[in-house]
Amino acid sequence: MIEIAGVSLALGGSRILDNVSLTVPKGGVTALVGPNGAGKSSLLSLIARLRPLQSGRITVDGLPVDTTPSRQLAKIMAILRQDPGVVSRLRVVELVGFGRFPHHRGRLTAEDREIIAASLEQFDLSDLALRFIDTLSGGQRQRALVAMTFCQGTDYILLDEPLNNLDMFHARNLMRTLRRIADEHGKTVLIVLHDINHAASYADRVVAMKDGAVVAMGETGDVIRPDILESIFGFSMRVENVAGRLTVLHHA
Amino acid sequence: MTEVAMQRGLVRHEGRLATMAAAAVVVGAAFMTIGLRGDLAFVIELRALRLAAMVLVGVAVAVSTVVFQTVCANRIITPSIMGLDSLYVFCQTALVFSLSGFGFAGIDPRLHFLGNFTVMTSLALALFLPMLRRRFDLTLMLLTGVVLGVLFRSLTTLLARLLDPNDFAVLQGAVFASFNTVEPGLLLLAGVITVAGVAIAWRARHVLDVLALGTDTAIGLGVAWRGTAAGLLVLVAALVSASTALVGPMAFLGLLVVSLTERIVGTNRHAILLPAAAFTAIIVLVGGQTILQHALGGEGSLGIVVEFAGGIVFLAILFAGGRR
Repeated sequence: MIEIAGVSLALGGSRILDNVSLTVPKGGVTALVGPNGAGKSSLLSLIARLRPLQSGRITVDGLPVDTTPSRQLAKIMAILRQDPGVVSRLRVVELVGFGRFPHHRGRLTAEDREIIAASLEQFDLSDLALRFIDTLSGGQRQRALVAMTFCQGTDYILLDEPLNNLDMFHARNLMRTLRRIADEHGKTVLIVLHDINHAASYADRVVAMKDGAVVAMGETGDVIRPDILESIFGFSMRVENVAGRLTVLHHA
Repeated sequence: MTEVAMQRGLVRHEGRLATMAAAAVVVGAAFMTIGLRGDLAFVIELRALRLAAMVLVGVAVAVSTVVFQTVCANRIITPSIMGLDSLYVFCQTALVFSLSGFGFAGIDPRLHFLGNFTVMTSLALALFLPMLRRRFDLTLMLLTGVVLGVLFRSLTTLLARLLDPNDFAVLQGAVFASFNTVEPGLLLLAGVITVAGVAIAWRARHVLDVLALGTDTAIGLGVAWRGTAAGLLVLVAALVSASTALVGPMAFLGLLVVSLTERIVGTNRHAILLPAAAFTAIIVLVGGQTILQHALGGEGSLGIVVEFAGGIVFLAILFAGGRR
């Protein structure tokens, strides 16, 4: 369970987050949605202790993120930021292998190697394993980064717009994989999504944010509603049930 | 299949490393043996002292530059470009100014060294840690380095003008890069610090690999970033003060050596990069000195040649687009 209580954040005089409190239960896929500048990524960085907490309190599995040793947190929570930038002269298999660092802190064990191979397989990267990262396309690089995050083998996985640069096939593949590890392995996935239909189709819960505050949260069906979506994004859209899945018709 | 190919890649890197080690040994042997004449015991002792100083300086500069660049996550800035060297010169000038040349010359070299080390370390932490924490970008970092360098140099000039000529001569002796006047007493102390620093850097090689992925990724992978970065900056300051205390400031040596090494070994893994950079530095320094002494008549200054070549490499990297 991720508990966030009274978290505010100000950067350079402007308020990014304003007294945010919410609870993400253990297990399942929770989507964070909202317009640009709503504070989704900032909230995610605070949970993942990438930024120091200014006020309020955040715990993951009961561990306060600001005082728990970083290594201990790295074994229960993995984070993938938007466009983290990658160094040159690094092969895909080496990058993915870094996901195992919190566990071995040095030399890879046989178990680590198996997990790395499985992650490469999972994200369709086996053929690219020996390519250098800087020779990959944006989407391939994004997949390598997601594979690295998975490789960390944590109970909590935080992803900031992981669908960036991914084509339809790989975006769907990633969302289905997230669904599966949540269902079969009981992992907790917290994901920032821009495509509202990905949230509608794959998430168990949706947290909607606007202007640094949580506007609505709850079961996907309770949040993906025309009135709520209009209050967040500022225009009206239809929500239909197409072949058993909630679908937002935002082009209409 | 991937396993085999990875192994092959590793073997290739390690092969190059072995070649570089061998080249460093050959260069060292050449330095020691070419053109021996006169009182053998005296010449050999003199050369051994210089060789030891060059090896120590080379290793200290190479390792400190690699570590500093990894912590700062870019491959252009080096400790000296960020003004650490001019800080050293300023410290010496301030000391001569306050103690007079006589008092300065009378300080126990080891005490002097430890004092320098403390000042450099605390200032390096006070200056760089806030910059790193706020994620300055490359342009801002370089600009800060240039401004700091100018600040310390101007302060140095100001104090130097107020010195009397005798004190000024003492200062000149203390701050110019030279391999010809190595203080044997300092050699041991600098050697101990360099060996200890290199051992710590080697132990941290896996953490350095992770730090090179960027601050966010490193924290996500469980590196306690602030403590680690602070510790590594202290390490860099220690190595820089060891090498500057021995021979004086060498502004571009680190940049020259590390960018050469990266191109030769073709990997960013610190298990390869750290020793390879150290070997390159030894080859550049000792080889350069040998050529200067025996092929070019002996009177050139290695410091100037290295600065010249290093400056050109710096410009080349900037023009090539400032790889990060």
